[in-house]
Amino acid sequence: MFPERVDFRSPEIRFAVVLMAVLVLLPVYTAWAGQSYWLTLMSRVMIYGIAATSLNLLIGYTGLVSLGHALFLGVGSYAVGILAFHEITNGWLQLAVGVLACGVIGLVTGLVVLRTKGMAFIMITLAFAQMFFFLGVSLKQYGGDDGISLPGRSALAPFDLSSGVQLYYVILVVLLATLYFSWRLVLSRFGTVLRGIRDNERRMKALGFDTQRYKLGIYAIAGMITGVAGFLLANLSSYVSPSTAAWTVSGELVVMVILGGIGTIFGGIVGAAALLLFEEILAGITEHWMAVLGLSIVVIVLVAKRGLYGSLRDWARRRATGVRG
Amino acid sequence: MTGLLVTQALNGLQLGVLLFLLAAGLTLVFGIMDFVNLAHGSLYMMGAYFAAIFATKTGSFLLGGLIAVPLTALLGYAIEQIALKGLYRRDHLDQVLATFGLILFFNELVRMIWGPSPVYMSPPEFLAGTVNLFGFTYSAYRFAIIVVGLSVAVGLWWLINRTRVGMLIRAGATHAPMVAALGVNIKALNSLIFALGAGLAGLAGLMSGPILSVQPGMGDPILILTLVVIIIGGIGSIRGAFLGALIVGIVDTVGRTFLPIWLGALVQPTIAQAAGPAIASMLIYLLMAIVLAFRPQGLFPAR
Repeated sequence: MFPERVDFRSPEIRFAVVLMAVLVLLPVYTAWAGQSYWLTLMSRVMIYGIAATSLNLLIGYTGLVSLGHALFLGVGSYAVGILAFHEITNGWLQLAVGVLACGVIGLVTGLVVLRTKGMAFIMITLAFAQMFFFLGVSLKQYGGDDGISLPGRSALAPFDLSSGVQLYYVILVVLLATLYFSWRLVLSRFGTVLRGIRDNERRMKALGFDTQRYKLGIYAIAGMITGVAGFLLANLSSYVSPSTAAWTVSGELVVMVILGGIGTIFGGIVGAAALLLFEEILAGITEHWMAVLGLSIVVIVLVAKRGLYGSLRDWARRRATGVRG
Repeated sequence: MTGLLVTQALNGLQLGVLLFLLAAGLTLVFGIMDFVNLAHGSLYMMGAYFAAIFATKTGSFLLGGLIAVPLTALLGYAIEQIALKGLYRRDHLDQVLATFGLILFFNELVRMIWGPSPVYMSPPEFLAGTVNLFGFTYSAYRFAIIVVGLSVAVGLWWLINRTRVGMLIRAGATHAPMVAALGVNIKALNSLIFALGAGLAGLAGLMSGPILSVQPGMGDPILILTLVVIIIGGIGSIRGAFLGALIVGIVDTVGRTFLPIWLGALVQPTIAQAAGPAIASMLIYLLMAIVLAFRPQGLFPAR
């Protein structure tokens, strides 16, 4: 709950340290084993982890349940796709355009969506993501429904993204930067106000905070972080399509946040790893893995009232203290 | 031009009444239990599948419908009892998540049972031709959808405003805890509404079966449209659901046909061709954004 105190004996920090060690050392293993399957998979996990971490800033630290976060993932990747289509392959430029577009879209749509609360907020964020989805579908010159295949990865000097390993480490660095940034942000005065809004917005208003401005700020920031994830995703798959911004992707991002732990710094990446690896395992077992996944989500929500992570933590704490509950 | 406008307006009306069938159930459950069921679109899909299967098996559209609609209501009741009942008091986040899981499950379930390709369903023979409306010819089947939808709207109006159950529904939507305190079993009432809403979704699935393709995931886009309807109309209001559905249906249909044409009169044809469909497909979302910007409670809120 209180990010300022980092207890290195707590299970979540231990888990995070192990996870980080695995992530840093993974390319060594894949180079030794001579196959890139795990490299690509974990690159994808980290990209969704970045997006989920930024969504956690909204859901977990501000209490804004957005069901349209894939919008920014789509904007970030379309910035790559459209610029590459016009033969502008400079990655830094693509990144800047994507992140800037996400910031502007976040501010403009934020002005509208933040006028609503609760269920209406969930639905209107969803609607804005759909708006972008249908925009992508109707952009026939950029492939419409089918999207655009990129001729190659972006030129992000001094890195050579055409190398899977270099792309992997770029993603890892962005992930670590996102985690550090989120941690510092939550600790800051800004983050404290956000948590105040989450817990009791009326009281924060009574204290004289213009809560709308704070919410708008974090909405745009989270969007921009996800825009970076979109840039990386387009490069990883060398392919851009409206389905990046499909509402099921937004739903999966929310699932990741909940699985990983609402309002925790590592929640996003842990949840992304849990969900995507679970999907990968299921897909290996049955062709109809979506049905199993869907039912699992329902059961987890029904049985584990505090989410998978919260329940595990409760269980670990009960075991540690020996209290039966 | 007038003929096209009339036809498109009727098509819009037809989409509108379909949306109303879906929005009515969704908005009532929201009004009373503060619960939004994203899996409502899945019920619509299941209704369409039930209708297509039983219409083919029995060889009669009407008989298929008579089986499919109660079956969808029953399925809705079962889902409510098994999965959703325990979520009413929980966070919106949990509700969204569980019903999202249900969508994934049902989309894959129909793919498992009936395969990934669309299932064909033909309209009944007596509605295969066209009707003459004051000099305009229009598809008889689509006209039948409008008639059925409007009849259901009248029926719901009667149910809600003129019966004891309707009185309880209205009271529950205004202040559910007070109604419960007066000795009304609000949970049973809500289960009833949920089943009713599922039945209406099934009816929408049945009616749209012959004009849209019955396939996995067909409920997702219409669910989003339904959510837009509810937001524009005002959450929890049946009148808002009706008027919102008609507005969304007509704006979407007429916009898709005429926006490229009107735009072509203003700017260069090449730009109009490129931008017209893009803007048209975003039109209702723009409308919703404008409504929310000026009236966050919707156009016709439930008081």
